[in-house]
Parts: sequence; structure tokens; C-alpha cells
Amino acid sequence: MKSLLAPGHRGCAGCCDAMAAKFTLMAAGEDCIVVTPTGCLEVMTTPYPETSWDVPWIHSLFENASAVASGIEAGLKALGKQGTKVIAMGGDGATMDIGLQALSGAFERGHNITYVCIDNEAYMNTGVQRSGGTPYNASTTTSPAGKVSFGNPRPKKNMPAIIVAHGSPYVATTSLAYPKDMIAKVKKAIEIEGPTYIHCHAPCTTGWGYDTSKTVEVARMAVQTGLWPLYEVEDGKVTKVRKIGNNKRPVEEYLKMQRRFKHLFTMEGGADEIAKIQAIADKNIEEFSL
Amino acid sequence: MAHEMKMNKKNMVVVEGSYAVAHAVKTCRPNVISAYPITPQTHIVEDLSKFMADGEIPNCEYINVESEFSALSALVGSSAVGARSYSATTSQGLELMHEVLFNVAGMRLPIVMTVTNRAVSAPINIWNDQQDSISQRDTGWIQLYAENIQEVSDMTAQAFKISEDRDIMMPSMTCMDGFILSHVYEPLILLEQDITDEFLPPFKPERTLDPKNPLTFGAFADPHFYTEFRYQQECAMQKALKKIESVADEFYDMYGRYFGGLIDEYHTEDADIIIMAMGSIIGTIKDVIDRLREKNVKVGLLKVRAFRPFPAEAIMKVIRDAKVVVVLDKNISLGMNAGALFIETKSILYNTDITVPVIGYMIGQGGRDIPMSTIERIIAEAEEVIISGIKKESQFTDLKEELI
Repeated sequence: MKSLLAPGHRGCAGCCDAMAAKFTLMAAGEDCIVVTPTGCLEVMTTPYPETSWDVPWIHSLFENASAVASGIEAGLKALGKQGTKVIAMGGDGATMDIGLQALSGAFERGHNITYVCIDNEAYMNTGVQRSGGTPYNASTTTSPAGKVSFGNPRPKKNMPAIIVAHGSPYVATTSLAYPKDMIAKVKKAIEIEGPTYIHCHAPCTTGWGYDTSKTVEVARMAVQTGLWPLYEVEDGKVTKVRKIGNNKRPVEEYLKMQRRFKHLFTMEGGADEIAKIQAIADKNIEEFSL
Repeated sequence: MAHEMKMNKKNMVVVEGSYAVAHAVKTCRPNVISAYPITPQTHIVEDLSKFMADGEIPNCEYINVESEFSALSALVGSSAVGARSYSATTSQGLELMHEVLFNVAGMRLPIVMTVTNRAVSAPINIWNDQQDSISQRDTGWIQLYAENIQEVSDMTAQAFKISEDRDIMMPSMTCMDGFILSHVYEPLILLEQDITDEFLPPFKPERTLDPKNPLTFGAFADPHFYTEFRYQQECAMQKALKKIESVADEFYDMYGRYFGGLIDEYHTEDADIIIMAMGSIIGTIKDVIDRLREKNVKVGLLKVRAFRPFPAEAIMKVIRDAKVVVVLDKNISLGMNAGALFIETKSILYNTDITVPVIGYMIGQGGRDIPMSTIERIIAEAEEVIISGIKKESQFTDLKEELI
């Protein structure tokens, strides 16, 4: 199968964006239009005059991908062009922070679009600054761990729940460690009429601090600890959950793989903080019966 | 060429300015309308919404967005798939669009947007001046300013034709003074559907987002390439100078109506004093000129219709032999103590052999009324300049000293 995201782009080895985009395009096929807000994915795939995109693709600004997607969908409808899927693919900052208003508007209006959030839990393109997707106690360049700080003082924003609250017919979480699962979910999202949402947990080798060969392992560990539950919500109800069962791992195993949590293992009081993160995982496990 | 108006009064109706614009937009057969309500633009989008509800705009989608930022952003997408795209806004809404305005121009998307000119906050003020659109002069949008509701109606079709020209492909703002034009009822001939269908053919851009021919829109350009993109935008703006004129002429040939191309003139041929201004104030100035001409005061008017691209040559030609030029600005460049039209006019004269003195008045801020007596006083001050030179180059008009 021909990849619709051509090789030769400028992504890092082990780049999460490249994987997420490739999986999304494998699900979507050729008859789609992709919108990407400002971020790594845009920068690494389209340095003029080159492009990695073998589908029509547009980048406008950082905060407006959902609005641009709305306009594409409306334009296609007005011109009587049927069948072409409209997909927006943005990072956590573009989705959960600066682009949230436009995203909310697009979902409230009910456009037939699919939004894929590639969540690497910080502003990686600008140098690993904290976003609304940054997890509790992660050290970033704007929430650094220090003598009186364990890093980011707040848990992740629960973005899928926000989209569910908009009445989206289909919301699913995915992980780069489970490509078949992700491709199936994106396919389903695209085929369902209305605004649908995929939230992909996407480890970033540069920002999280792990070897470039470990992106999939880190992603898998997030799922196996319960920190990143995989589930589907259809018309507001959880319809499917990926069970962890006997594979359940303590959060330490996930945290110690990454530089951004290193301070938790060296600072006084770190163990208590790790316990708080374990509590977040336990709550997920209980809530989704993982 | 002479432009004698050929308007059959039998075809005239009395409608609100906003309705005239909404009707003109409908007549231009838009495919996507995207807008967010803001006073005094609201009647335009309400009238368009009613047209939609009554099924009167075929092949069109109306997007009720959640902000002006998204209003224009949605049109980035729709225009890129080849849909004729329209919005309307004003003041705070236009300022909120600032980032998107640059983006639309840079991506060469020929969107047309009506701006019902209004003051900007703070203090918050919903009444007319032109600070909002003037503040966006460097964003790469063609800016046309209308004198009355017939002109803004007609200008709507002209703007689509100018913007969508393959040599231009730049967006346009059609600017009408808020309330003064948007909420006034005047007689006009509504834009004719049969003529408009001939004047403005369907939008068929050379490049669109199309799965059959996948293209990348909005790639990033590093220092090797960025300058050339900016240069080409400027080239398109320069080409628009001719296009604005030729489209106005073509419009006159087909519709019989003409309100100027880049500029228009009123009693300028023998004028010692030439007043320059934009928008609805033009009507007041013409009345004052009529009154003063009876008293043999040699005063004329240069109406600036296109502020971007700036019609330097056209202006220079008209003011070359005047004894004084008076520029009226419904905007201020704070820190310069001057309005934009005044600043631009002075700048085009430097390095030329034209030595006419130019004075500026900042006028009508936040909807302050501009009575004929104020224009007459300004003209009297201009006569003084002819005799004894410039005393005050640029100033606020009708300041209430007791409030300061």
C-alpha cells in the first residue's frame, strides 16, 4: 500500500507526528482533504517547495484548523462535491489550548469532519513548553522541576470528555503503540456522519527524553499503566474499552523511561508525587474498568 | 472617459444600506457565507440569513461561527476549495481577524468582506469612524470606501470581480460607514441579477484543494523563499490599481452607474483648494462645495475610493496644480498626530516636483457629527494657508476643550 505521507520529511527519528499522520492517512485513503494547524507536523512536512502530502493539504494558522475544516466542508457541500472526507490533525496545544474555541464551534455546529489530536503533551515545535495536555509533574521548559517545584502542577485537561459533552457521535482515544486499533478507529470516525474526534497519545522522543527507538514502547507503557486508557464513546456512552488485565504495570515503569519525570526519582518527596500519579492511573482503571 | 449616470428612477427602491449590501451579496451568488454578529454589521448578516431561510441563495452554505476569527478562518477553507466566499464585520471583529487577514492575502484567496466602519475600543463606542479598517491597511487586502448605499451595493460585485481576477487573487474589503450608511434608507437600484450574472462569471480558481490533484496550501517558506512571496503580493496590488479602474469602467458600461475608479473628482479642474476624504463624508463635502462655488470659492473634492492599493499617480495628477490640499481622516495614527490618508498623501509627494501644501484634520471620531459648518471652517482655514502658509499641519477637529 502506497503511503500518502511521503518519506523524506524532516521529522525526528521516532517522530510521533509522522506515525500518527501515516496511520490516519492509511485509514482515510486518497479521497480526503487534510487541515493541519501550525506545529511540528506542518513544519516538518511542508518546507516550501517540498511537501510530503500526497493528499490535498492546507495549513492556515495555529488556532483555526477546526474553523478552516468547517469552511472546507461547507464549501464542498455548496459546490456539490460529495464523498471527500475532511480531516483536521493538530497537536495538543493547537487542539486543547489555542484552538479550543474554534474546535468547540465546529463540533457544536455539527460539521461532517474528523479531528485527530496528536497529543505529545507539550509545545514541542517551540521547545517543549507546557500545554493544557501536559501531565501532572512533567518537567517542561516552562514548568521546569526545580528546588521548590516538581514540574507541571496540574493534571492533563480531559479533552475527550469535553468533546463528548458537545454531543459528538464518536469519540475515541488511541495510542501509537496500537496502530491497528488506531486505523480502525479513524476509519470508523471518518465513516460516521457528523463531527468525530480521535485523541491519539503520541510520545515525543525530543520532548519526553527517551531513545528514538522507544516511541512505541513508551506509548504502550502509558496504556499498560492505566495512565492512557483506550476507549470509544458513541453518542455519549462508552461502548468499548481495551482491557489491561494482567498486563497492568505500576506507573514508575512508565515514568522512569522518560527524562521529563527523572526528578521524581531524585528529589526529596518524589515518592509521594509518584503515588499521586499512581492514583491518577488507578482512577482511570476504576472508571473504565481497565 | 465621461461617466454620465444612466439610472432609470422607475427602477429605484428605498431600502436600508445593509439590505442593499445583503441583496448585492446574494446577487453575486456566493457559495459560503461565514459571519459573526457585531453592531453595526448585524443587519447585513440578518438579511442574508433570511435569504438563506427562504431558499433564495442557491448552492450556498451559511456558517454561524463562534467568533470573527473563525468567520474568516472558515472562509480560508471554503475559498481554497473553490467556493466564492463572503463575510461582513466591523471594529473589534475586524481587529480580532487581524492574524487571519494576513493569512488570507498571503494565500491569495479572493474573499470579499464588507466592513461597516466603526470606532475601536477603548473607550468602547459603536459609532462610525474608520479606525478599524485603516488599522488593517498593511494586511494585503484591497480596501474600497463607499460614499452611499448605491455605491457600496455596486462595489460588492466589483470587489468580487477585482479580487477573483487571475492576475490579482487578493481579498477585498468594501468599507461603508457604520450606521451612516449601514442603517440609512436611501433610494437606489438594487444590483441586477441578469447583468451581474454576465458581469461576474462563476468563481473558477486555477488551484483548489482537490483529491484528484493533491496540492499543498500554506507551506512554510524559509528566508530563501519568503521575500519572493511578499514581492508577488505587492505586484498583485500594483496590478489591482489598473484593475479597479477597468472594472469600474466595465461596470459603467453594463449597469450605467459610476462612482469612481481609484478616485473620483468633484469640481477639481480649476480648484485652488482640494479636499481629500473617504466614505460617507463625501456627500456632505459636495453640498458644502456647491454652496461655496456659488460664492466663487474655488474648492473641489478628491474622493479616495481605493485606499489599498494606494492610488498615488491618480492623486498626484489631480492635486498637482492646487494651492492647498486638505485631507480629512476618520482615523488617527497615535504618536504621529495625523490620519493615515494625510500621511500617505504627504509621503507620495516627497521626491516629486509637486510642492502644494497639505494639511490634515482628524474628524468624526467615534461618530462625532460632522456638520457642514465644520467643513466650511476647515475650508476657511485652508484659504488662510494659501495666503500665509501652514500654521498647524495636522489637528483634531471640533475638540471640546471644556472636556479636557
